[in-house]
Amino acid sequence: MQTHCLEGGFLNQPIDASHAFRAIMIAMARPGEISVVAGVKPPEPMSTAAGTVLLTLCDPETPLFLAPSHDTPQIRDWITFYTGAPFTVAEHAIFAIGAWDQLPLAVFPCGTAEYPDRSTTLIVELPTLTSSGAMLSGPGIKDQTELSLPGTKIFQDNARLFPLGLDFIFTCGGCIAALPRTTRVS
Amino acid sequence: MYVAVKGGERAIDNAHAWLAEERRGDTSVNELSVAQIREQLALAVNRVMAEGSLYDPDLAALAIKQARGDLIEAIFLIRAYRTTLPRFCGSNPIQTEGMKCDRRVSATFKDAPGGQVLGPTFDYTHRLLDFKLAADGEVAEAPIGNTTEGPTPHIMSFLDREELIQSEPIGEETPADLTRTPLELPASRALRLQSLTRADEGFILGMAYSTQRGYARNHAFVAELRIGAVVVEMNIPELGFSIEIGEITVTECETVNQFTGSKTEPPQFTRGYGLVFGMTERKAISMALVDRALRWKELGEDDLGAPAQDEEFVLYHSDNIQATGFLEHIKLPHYVDFQSELELIRKLRREAQTNIAQEAAQ
Amino acid sequence: MSDYNFAYLDEQTKRMIRRAILKGLAIPGYQVPFASREMPMPYGWGTGGVQVSAAVLTPDDTFKVIDQGADDTTNAVSIRRFFQKTAGIAVTEATADASVIQTRHRIPEQVLRSDQIIVYQVPIPEPLRFLEPSEVETRKMHSLEEYGLMHVKLYEDISQHGDIATAYAYPVKVEGRYVMDPSPIPKFDNPKLEMAGIQLFGAGREQRIYAIPPYTKVVSLDFEDYPFQPTKADHACDLCAATDSYLDELIVDDEGSRMFMCSDTDYCSTRRKQGHNGAQGVPYAEDAA
Repeated sequence: MQTHCLEGGFLNQPIDASHAFRAIMIAMARPGEISVVAGVKPPEPMSTAAGTVLLTLCDPETPLFLAPSHDTPQIRDWITFYTGAPFTVAEHAIFAIGAWDQLPLAVFPCGTAEYPDRSTTLIVELPTLTSSGAMLSGPGIKDQTELSLPGTKIFQDNARLFPLGLDFIFTCGGCIAALPRTTRVS
Repeated sequence: MYVAVKGGERAIDNAHAWLAEERRGDTSVNELSVAQIREQLALAVNRVMAEGSLYDPDLAALAIKQARGDLIEAIFLIRAYRTTLPRFCGSNPIQTEGMKCDRRVSATFKDAPGGQVLGPTFDYTHRLLDFKLAADGEVAEAPIGNTTEGPTPHIMSFLDREELIQSEPIGEETPADLTRTPLELPASRALRLQSLTRADEGFILGMAYSTQRGYARNHAFVAELRIGAVVVEMNIPELGFSIEIGEITVTECETVNQFTGSKTEPPQFTRGYGLVFGMTERKAISMALVDRALRWKELGEDDLGAPAQDEEFVLYHSDNIQATGFLEHIKLPHYVDFQSELELIRKLRREAQTNIAQEAAQ
Repeated sequence: MSDYNFAYLDEQTKRMIRRAILKGLAIPGYQVPFASREMPMPYGWGTGGVQVSAAVLTPDDTFKVIDQGADDTTNAVSIRRFFQKTAGIAVTEATADASVIQTRHRIPEQVLRSDQIIVYQVPIPEPLRFLEPSEVETRKMHSLEEYGLMHVKLYEDISQHGDIATAYAYPVKVEGRYVMDPSPIPKFDNPKLEMAGIQLFGAGREQRIYAIPPYTKVVSLDFEDYPFQPTKADHACDLCAATDSYLDELIVDDEGSRMFMCSDTDYCSTRRKQGHNGAQGVPYAEDAA
């Protein structure tokens, strides 16, 4: 294991994770709203925000799918050291991380009728993340809001599966926003 | 003029101070030591360990002292402590055939290799109050007999050899941990057994008794009841072998129950199983009977609608910590809910009286 | 601070709860199973709410705990102390000053802001439980959106009593999909379930977490000819003269005389500080002295 794999995690796990979770929760509760996180320095090309989400939510109980963009020995070592999350194929992923065009969306579990929560949460690394672009409405949004989504139809299709569906966390640098299955995109 | 009542904080502090005083009782009487409880109230300690799911006689004894002898309260203390403990690893499954038996009886064979060993049992004692214990409790030492060396084979293994008992293959999969994953139904047998072994003794006893009285009767013979110490081993992958990390006393009960079979399958006896921490044989026998009753589906039996067959009913209501918490919570303030009921019932009564009056007028 | 981990729970348990909260927010009104831990307080006394609060709180939060609307009821005091001890956080009785509010049986009268989080303690999270005791069956009903049983029950109430005979824990439908138990709040509070803050529900013994994101559609079940009506005692508060707050009814003498006062103690004292004085109240300053 290279030394830099053992760096860049939370300095004070309980406190840092509590702040990070608040940012993630607000993102999921208010789709489209961009929060900022800081402190974590994962190996390239993983963003600070994506690394923060992994350290906050992943552990040996959450199989993780790495898209090719993020499947490097450094990232694997870093994730293993800090979270112990096992790596898995898309079909069994609780979490998945990678570049938008490298995530096999059709393959991830989107829950069952009795357990719609058993679906993958995707951490999508984007080159930009701004409050302009697709129009969002639904739970968590007062009237409507905008977010620079990497697509439209795919999210409309996903929302139609409700209560099943995938949930998305978008990351870019230290910024984070989310799009749960309930959000209507136009 | 009305001044709002305050003082929740002070009331709590005062109540706790009073509780501490009451726990100690009359200070002219010697204080009970944890060691005394551990040694002289060992069966209470065993029950607290079993239902607390934590094998530590000293902590269980401390919990009993702190709980003023209320065993469910003591179990609660142990459970709450247990959740804070880090998990280093899982042990290998214990091997009960290697048990150093203090007690081992079979109801199905008059004698068997390893023999019938009564051990320190209440059985055949006449339940007469022993007033000597009130004066001084010192007793003569019990005679020491010859112990048989070597393992004591399970009675079931003799039936197994003849294929008279339905076989239970060793599973490769590690079963889910009831304390780490939410219970999901239908539950696997491994999960049911986990639940039963920490279940309330009284509840399981009642359920087992109900099967004997005909509510899903499954005609149990105690093939074997054994109590004794077994070693706990842990596998060290780096070393490539297992090391012994300690020894625990457990009670194991295996029952032989009514047989199943069909035109194509020769009949076989079926099994019920109980395994409980410590010397806890009433619980272990009860557990085996309830385990067997819950197996109706996998053994192709009919649902007789008996309580002991209903896994959801048994598993959701057998935990005394859940039960006592929810039961006792009804003494907490509910005046907001009650107020809404008061308003509703007054309104409904008003409407009903108006209706009656109107009908009378017509 | 203390020897405990921040907010008592170990980090792995918090992660498990946090994952459940996120799925709850993504599927409003759906009950997410979670591996509830044994807490150092009894099941049925708020262990679900306590676990959710422990997973949500940060050291920067200001925490408020109410039971029946009051900050000084014994169980509220006990839970507030627990977090003071294990998380070292600031606490308050003022609704406006709180960033996280844990509650049993009430929603504060003051409208919650978008930066506030409310955590409900839930005894029985399953709204269909008293109509169908089996968890296997109720889970199936939710999956099929089969809520006929609930409507039959409400309708039977009307035919027997001329009115829906549910006064608290009044069922709601969330975002047009899941029927949800709003916890045993009086139905007076149901309209407040559509709010700007984040609502989290924790049921420890029953091992369920669920959530309502801000601005989510929450509709109390009813019939066209028997529309849902939030009700309260037909009085003004005898201490602060409020006419818009939910009231407790107190028996004040041997003759059974009644007085009514706000169940939300912060709302009442804030009004009294502002100079509002009810029929039996004394000015705030005299009371405090």
